[in-house]
Amino acid sequence: MLNCHDATRLMSESQERPLSMIERMSLKLHLMMCSGCSNFKEQMGSIRLMTRTFAKGKNEQEKK
Amino acid sequence: MTNEQNPQIESGSQYDVLTDGVFLEDVRRQMLKFATMQLGDSHQAEDAVQEALIGALKNAASFGGRAALKTWIFAILKNKIADTLRQKQRSVNVSSLQRDGDEDEDFSELFDSKGFWQPEERPVAWGNPEASLREGQFWIVFEACLEGLPPKQARVFMMREFIELDADEICAEVNLTTSNLHVLLHRSRLRLRECIENKWYLEGEKNVELS
Repeated sequence: MLNCHDATRLMSESQERPLSMIERMSLKLHLMMCSGCSNFKEQMGSIRLMTRTFAKGKNEQEKK
Repeated sequence: MTNEQNPQIESGSQYDVLTDGVFLEDVRRQMLKFATMQLGDSHQAEDAVQEALIGALKNAASFGGRAALKTWIFAILKNKIADTLRQKQRSVNVSSLQRDGDEDEDFSELFDSKGFWQPEERPVAWGNPEASLREGQFWIVFEACLEGLPPKQARVFMMREFIELDADEICAEVNLTTSNLHVLLHRSRLRLRECIENKWYLEGEKNVELS
């Protein structure tokens, strides 16, 4: 049974490597029961989007 | 501004970035900050920025406006930084890899002894993150959170998410094992997430709770 620390680790690593079948299954089970980690999952996507937007468009937003 | 018949700019009707000192200075400042963070060396950062700017501005006239030009300039800078990092790797700079004793942190403030979220640290829903991207104030918070990361975490995070290098390239350039890299990225994401949540998404609600 995965704990939250391991679940966040897998979610982080999934951005660098494909997870194994077993990892995906246990993560999925964990996420079904854990709202905190479900939020974490969403937020990983948001943070990636934020960082890339930050790299490109920050100047335009600042100026106006 | 005095743009007296610059021979390089044939199509006179177009926006001429070379006369826009404010824009150039602004971009240069951002580039420098970015490059210094990546390279950890202000001289090398200056060089990379200089070369990238010169390279980009040679073709400036073919860009329709600032936004497109800026994206282009940063793309060139990213390549320059990647080159510099590769050269650096060859002249192994051990000291810069060892300065991070501060990264043996534990995360017991975030997780309990069984590895589950501490009740007050459990991630909350962020509402509408896309809307935040349009708020100037948000980017100040975001930048502060990035700068709050321990140096090595910040560096690999930026390599991964800004420069968009893949894991193997980062490992080779910073001389890390794959599992080290995973640990660093995991920590940086935990921290950054927590910081953004606390400093941005909970700020508004905090006032309500305190009353």
